[in-house]
Amino acid sequence: MRARLGRYLPLVIIWLPLLINAAHVVGFTAWTTWLSFTPSDLLPEYSWAGVRSYRAVLRTPSTEIAYINLLLYSVGFVGVSTVAGFVLAVLIDQRIRIENLLRTIYLYPLAVSFVVTGAVWSWLFNPGLGIEKFVRGLGWSSFHFDWIANRDYALWTIVIAAIWRGVGFAMALFLAGLRSIDPDLHKAAQIDGAGPWRYYLRIVLPGMAPVAISVLVIQLQYAIKTFDLVRAMTGGGPGISTTLPALVVYDFMFQRAQLGRGTASAVLLLLSLLVVLVPYYAYAHWRARKDKAHG
Amino acid sequence: MASTLRASRWLIYAVLIGTALFMLMPLLVVVLNSFRTAVEIGRSSVIGWPTGFAWENYISAWGHYCIAQRCEGIKPYMWNSFALVIPATIISTLLGAIAGYSISLWRFRGDTTMYAIVVMGVFLPEQMKLIPWALVLRELGLNDTITALVLIHTVQGISFTTLFCRNYYVGIPQDLIKAAKVDGAGYFRIFWRIVMPLSPPILIVTVIWQFTGIWNDFLMGVTFTAGSQQPVTAALIAIATTAPTDVPQYGVQSAAVLLAALPTLLVYFLGGRYFLRGLTAGAVK
Repeated sequence: MRARLGRYLPLVIIWLPLLINAAHVVGFTAWTTWLSFTPSDLLPEYSWAGVRSYRAVLRTPSTEIAYINLLLYSVGFVGVSTVAGFVLAVLIDQRIRIENLLRTIYLYPLAVSFVVTGAVWSWLFNPGLGIEKFVRGLGWSSFHFDWIANRDYALWTIVIAAIWRGVGFAMALFLAGLRSIDPDLHKAAQIDGAGPWRYYLRIVLPGMAPVAISVLVIQLQYAIKTFDLVRAMTGGGPGISTTLPALVVYDFMFQRAQLGRGTASAVLLLLSLLVVLVPYYAYAHWRARKDKAHG
Repeated sequence: MASTLRASRWLIYAVLIGTALFMLMPLLVVVLNSFRTAVEIGRSSVIGWPTGFAWENYISAWGHYCIAQRCEGIKPYMWNSFALVIPATIISTLLGAIAGYSISLWRFRGDTTMYAIVVMGVFLPEQMKLIPWALVLRELGLNDTITALVLIHTVQGISFTTLFCRNYYVGIPQDLIKAAKVDGAGYFRIFWRIVMPLSPPILIVTVIWQFTGIWNDFLMGVTFTAGSQQPVTAALIAIATTAPTDVPQYGVQSAAVLLAALPTLLVYFLGGRYFLRGLTAGAVK
């Protein structure tokens, strides 16, 4: 009896967490995908309805606005935070005295929830309460900064808050990358008479390409999943001018209680994530093979 | 030459410190506001130095500020968050340690498939799981309970914790495990005697990240709980965005926001080194 227990117990312990995880990841994904092809509305129904929900979702104006917004938001947030993160990492790498303090300050936004940071940023951007009122109080009475209340500019306030949160992360990854460059390369460059600019452009920048790709991919997948920040800052408004795909999913599912459309728009969200992740994994695979081939 | 060098040093410091001030601004604004009265903030703006110390903001935010018609402050929601984050963090970390050990050191049929699913789980958007969770919770009769959130975060956490631990355990030499097996040690003995004693650093990293992630979760809290069962992050939305009819209480709201952010900020400032380690290990892999 004991011997048998000794043989089977490890199997149970090995498989239990992994099977729960697989049921949750694969099972739930399949379930949601299945629902997206059914006529489910308020309640789930398990008959076939083809791509009806997808058609309806793609015809909804908020979907189009959300994906255009996602594109602008991704370019703005990912672009600026990656470039700024790289510049900050290079500057911090110049034997700065207060490095630890600066790193702590740059990274703390990651420890705070989007809801908290979003709330504070929305106060700062609120023209009657934040920066506009402050600057006017200083005497510049015609100062204007009401992006958050403006349909055409509100999205950029979210981009600013997202950059604020993401730039430290990019900096930390780049800094780790810079620290892993062989110090002999720097010496060799100096001996060859290459100045700091040439050294960074010719040696560091190409060497940082794999890190940059990681940073880009991780930030992009954050961007695609962004939900809390918008909920806390603008709620998607004014109107639906700052809505994003993740908010559209939530809106279909829980505000309009249209399960079929909600799940269909969730599947679209997953597909847009795959557009980023699949090439990344192909690239990572290719690099691993290349490294192996070179010994 | 020396003067351009000194000038460039100054420029570097100026950029770095300028950025640091930009990063600190929102925190500074909340801290300062939490000591200012509503009248003060109304007269100037949310940016300003407190004229006195309005400690009563904190007392009100903690104990009797009204959130969605309930005037008990954020205290009950904070307790909800603790009641959910502590068990969910501990259980998911333990499951992750075991699963990470199984995948990385205890080869079995299907281990690579299971690992691939773990990685998929880390990236899968929560929106793909909302409806299945809603249906499962209804079957289990757990709607609108903290238990439901513990369950969700434990199950969701397995992917993250397994990946963290797996990436750490692959660094343990396989020969060590082989030698132990030759000596007749089994699955559990190797886990307790070899893997666990090497694990404290990765367990700290995992606990820190799970605690932060679960405390800061908003989507699950707001979707599956309401009213008195909400965790603080979900309740904050109601505090931070007051209805237009209410008199804004930005001082009290700032105090509430700060109190809600305090646990994860403390974890970050105390365990910063481990926080960073998880960041690079979890992200670059």
